[in-house]
Amino acid sequence: MRYSAWQILKEGLTGNKGWKPVWREPEPKAEYDIVIIGGGGHGLSTAYYLAKEFGVTNVAVVEKGWLGSGNIGRNTTIIRSNYLLEGNQPFYEHSLKLWEGLEQDFNYNAMVSQRGILNLIHSDPQRDAFARRANAMRLSGADAELLDREGIAKMCPFLDFDNARFPIQGALWQPRGGTVRHDAVAWGYARGADERGVDILQNCEVTGIDIEGGRAVGVQTSRGSIRAKKIAMCVAGSSSRVAAMAGMRLPIESHVLQAFVSEGLKPVIPGVITFGAGHFYVSQSDKGGLVFGGDIDGYNTYAQRGNLPVVEDVCEGGMAIMPMIGRARLLRMWGGIMDMSMDGSPFITKTDTPGLYFNGGWCYGGFKATPASGFCYAHLLAKDEPHEVATAFRLDRFMRGAPIDEKGQGAQPNLH
Amino acid sequence: MRLPCPICGERDRREFYYKGHALALNRPDPDADDAEWDDYVHLRDNPAGRTRDLWYHSAGCGAWIVVDRDTVTHEVFGATLAEDAEARDAAG
Repeated sequence: MRYSAWQILKEGLTGNKGWKPVWREPEPKAEYDIVIIGGGGHGLSTAYYLAKEFGVTNVAVVEKGWLGSGNIGRNTTIIRSNYLLEGNQPFYEHSLKLWEGLEQDFNYNAMVSQRGILNLIHSDPQRDAFARRANAMRLSGADAELLDREGIAKMCPFLDFDNARFPIQGALWQPRGGTVRHDAVAWGYARGADERGVDILQNCEVTGIDIEGGRAVGVQTSRGSIRAKKIAMCVAGSSSRVAAMAGMRLPIESHVLQAFVSEGLKPVIPGVITFGAGHFYVSQSDKGGLVFGGDIDGYNTYAQRGNLPVVEDVCEGGMAIMPMIGRARLLRMWGGIMDMSMDGSPFITKTDTPGLYFNGGWCYGGFKATPASGFCYAHLLAKDEPHEVATAFRLDRFMRGAPIDEKGQGAQPNLH
Repeated sequence: MRLPCPICGERDRREFYYKGHALALNRPDPDADDAEWDDYVHLRDNPAGRTRDLWYHSAGCGAWIVVDRDTVTHEVFGATLAEDAEARDAAG
């Protein structure tokens, strides 16, 4: 399925009857080279890069619900590479570079908009920490600037600069950060993978992982059993449940993160803004809605909905930095389930079971990682060795005493 | 969500600090090997369904309690004082 201005005109005049499905609905084959469990953003991008970059096309993506029904359609669409630690930052910068070329690469309009991300600074120690972070970002090849109040005021005159408790003293500014139309990311990757021969199997729930002689050899699904040379778990949010089918316990807890969108407003917020003294981040969608969020609810849950205390906390954060949003009405709110790992960082790794691979633990930062996660996972699956920017994302890093703990919180997932 | 503190009665979730799964009570022997400590500190069952987890009644009586609840429905079945739960576990 291709789109053009001419085709939109033609379909508009003929009742929109000529549009065709964008990907096939194949029956499962008995065997594939690689079965990817999970048809979300990361699973689809893995399939796409396997086919396009590594020439592996005998691949199935097995999805319990419909394509992109999980967190790829539930996040707040922010892309950025403003991490600190060596194990993380080069990976996220690689991801941002892939975002920059993504639409040309898969020929699909994902509305990648590099409108910039502004992390506000409210104290002297925070300025020091962000200066250090900015230096780490620049060392990895990313862009970063420290802005003073005047620099921020040019972009965002509406902020409450002289808030009595949390005055704004500056900001870390990454101009290349921004937002992306998240559903289109799933659709673009799905179409690109499907065109190259990948079978996308929707409504196909994995109910078991077959292990013979210590090796993973296939999966049991609601649409029959499928054998595979390699099985790739890619189900962040439900990683513990799927890994349990292979007898694994993971360094992960499942938590819910809520997101919110206001009624549509005229353009008021130029880029992405984050509050530095609480947890609140906001951007404005192209439809005009303010898309915002904050902390996870803080206790283990698999319910895709949150509780009211966090709603209150998030809205208080918003009011503290931009009182003008107090008059906007909330249109929708929802929750998504996160894999919260023990150090706040993800996994793209082999497991102790030959033939079984694991991608997960994305905490609440999975969306921005979508392209690099798929690229690096495809690299690992095709070559059996990690991509150079994803060597640290191993399951055994805790045992080895080498966690990647951006926030320095220790093994307490709800604090990351 | 409201949690039934055995001392104070049913209270708003905001009065409590969340620690995690109640396996935190089953601390290994200090001389246990690295694998056992890694398992205790880092690995979790993370069940979808009924679970027992540790909460601290920080804005109330200050008790650590073990809450029996469902991670899918948010239904709460009951709570016991952690010291009682520990004693029960120790007794087998």
